[in-house]
Amino acid sequence: MTDQNYTEDVDAQGIPSPEGDHHLIKTDYDIGQDNVEGNVGPIPFDIHNPVFAISGLVVMAFVFFTLALPDFAGTAFSAMFSFVTQTFDWFFLSVGNLVVLFCLALIVLPLGSVRLGGADATPDYGYVGWFAMLFAAGMGIGLMFYGVSEPMSHFASSLGGTTIGEDGLRTDWAPLGGAAGNEAEAVRLGMAATIYHWGLHPWAMYAVVALALALFTYNKGLPLTIRSAFYPIFGDRVWGWTGHIIDTLAVFATLFGLATSLGFGATQAANGLTVLYGSGVAEEGTRSFLGLPFGNTEDSGTIDSGALLVILITAITIVALISVIRGLDGGVKRLSEINMGLAVLLLLFVLLVGPTLALISGFFSSLGAYFEYLPALMNPFGREDTNFVQGWTAFYWAWWISWSPFVGMFIARVSRGRTVREFIICVLLIPSLVCVLWMSVFGGTAIQQFLVDGYEGVVNAPLELKLFEMLSQLPLASITSLVGIVLVIVFFVTSSDSGSLVIDTITAGGKIDAPVPQRVFWCTFEGAVAIVLLLSAGGLASLQSMVISTGLPFAVVLVLLCVCIVMGLRTERAAVMAPSSAK
Amino acid sequence: MFKHIMVPVDLAHPDALQSALKVAADLAGHYSARVSYVGVTGPQPSSVAHNPEEFGAKLADFAAAQKAKHGISETAAHAVTSHDPAVEIDHVLERAVSDLDADLVIMASHIPRHFDLGSHGGRVASHTSASVMLVRA
Repeated sequence: MTDQNYTEDVDAQGIPSPEGDHHLIKTDYDIGQDNVEGNVGPIPFDIHNPVFAISGLVVMAFVFFTLALPDFAGTAFSAMFSFVTQTFDWFFLSVGNLVVLFCLALIVLPLGSVRLGGADATPDYGYVGWFAMLFAAGMGIGLMFYGVSEPMSHFASSLGGTTIGEDGLRTDWAPLGGAAGNEAEAVRLGMAATIYHWGLHPWAMYAVVALALALFTYNKGLPLTIRSAFYPIFGDRVWGWTGHIIDTLAVFATLFGLATSLGFGATQAANGLTVLYGSGVAEEGTRSFLGLPFGNTEDSGTIDSGALLVILITAITIVALISVIRGLDGGVKRLSEINMGLAVLLLLFVLLVGPTLALISGFFSSLGAYFEYLPALMNPFGREDTNFVQGWTAFYWAWWISWSPFVGMFIARVSRGRTVREFIICVLLIPSLVCVLWMSVFGGTAIQQFLVDGYEGVVNAPLELKLFEMLSQLPLASITSLVGIVLVIVFFVTSSDSGSLVIDTITAGGKIDAPVPQRVFWCTFEGAVAIVLLLSAGGLASLQSMVISTGLPFAVVLVLLCVCIVMGLRTERAAVMAPSSAK
Repeated sequence: MFKHIMVPVDLAHPDALQSALKVAADLAGHYSARVSYVGVTGPQPSSVAHNPEEFGAKLADFAAAQKAKHGISETAAHAVTSHDPAVEIDHVLERAVSDLDADLVIMASHIPRHFDLGSHGGRVASHTSASVMLVRA
């Protein structure tokens, strides 16, 4: 026997037959068979060719196009945003409702007893580490950006009541019918609308993608990439162009979803730093930090310097790079846990130092208000509150959906060994409750400051400053504001590093051991996309319109995934039941 | 001289391993040492196996095949599951050296990426007390 022959011996050992505890999908596809391996100079690579090439080239082209034609790009982005939100708002809302009902059904149906990774699998991560990663990846920066600002905005617009424009459409931003002049009801409506956007719906979207991936990866033995979940529908065609398109869509959605969050994070951190450590007065146009003008009001005529944002995003991306190079356990998990600890401390601080009793009772009344208003808020058709539906809800749904491949894949990667029922409860219900708590404490404190103390700083501040305005009214403001900025930055890092891991895996055809330089590439380009979009004419609005445009096709993917999950779980359950009945 | 030889193997690239496997077998015969083959996998499916259990089974088959083919007196398989093999490989190999109490590590130096050149071998050499031999493919 020659040395080469044993290779065939190894392959001839074949795949052990399923032991009755899981149901492998038999396919002739080998993971990595379409991959291209090699070296560029000293840098090794191992990529799935069509997916990596298309997404890499399009992203690079996009960055250069936006840099070269910032004004045209800005106009094009805002036109796209209006078109998609106005035309497809009903579709986004319907998809959101569908996935929530689907997840709730899985908790009670017998299919929920299937265990991810086979009947005897044990979880890889304890609850704390698992939960920290879910949360840091899933919401992160958004909680910091919108924690104070969203409840406050809905409260203020509800209180203002409705106004009708000349064209007969409502021009106000109040949810539903608003609550003109009724403070107590405006609080309830504001909190209900906020929880609607941060509660069951986003987490159900994540759960669906995560469940599909975990099921088809750990139980069916297919590669860890979005296309695998479509095997029940498309069969072996998922390894061809059908699959390439699905994976490429997922890469785009992830990249722009992340870039938007990074944009929010950078803007908020820059504003926070300027307010805390900068000098000058915003109204006079003299406010600056490190000599760079930033955070001035529009009326003052001073144009903010983009340099501060560029420096921030670059610095934070470098930290994220270190984290991805250190890997899942050494970097991402550790940072997530640090972040979780800091966030809990800040939450407890605001809860104890703020109006504690009012906040606790606010938590329960907000939950009550949520369930009371939920049916009306969920309704996708015939809504009169068009600004709210299109500007808030549809945008959020697109944003969550565009995050879902990334968060879903990340959740899937760390969730082996949980049953479907446990998985859904932990991914859907617990994070939703934590979001309710977070929003009730941060938003509730700001609303109490306004109602009880008559403090108008939060109401009048721009979105990205509301958190710091709220903290400034509490003791130890300089410390808590600093913690706030640190949290924004670390959330930025945890989103960016886990996102890079996910995009890298998708573009490597489901391989998780692709060379590290590929992660570095994606991490760098996430930062680059965030920078060029922030600096383009539209600024944050450009980011939002890209999110909503890439979220739309993925919404269709989400619906199909529900079908695939049911098909996958049924064969899985049949495989688990079969041997026991035969005994 | 040597009692326990550890050979890291990448089952996804068996061709590149041949020289190292041959050397390991020859030295094992010379010193009457036993040989442990160490493989690293993630919890996710890979081109080698659908899950860690299957990977372990394949590695065990591999070790048995080496024993039969080269007439090594004793071989063993040591499969390690890592959450992030691409970055944890060095650490995993160091751990394996001390877990197995190996006194010689024989590595192939031209497997694409995993055991690429000196970085992995060098790290193992500087972080453990075992002797390290890099075999060019």
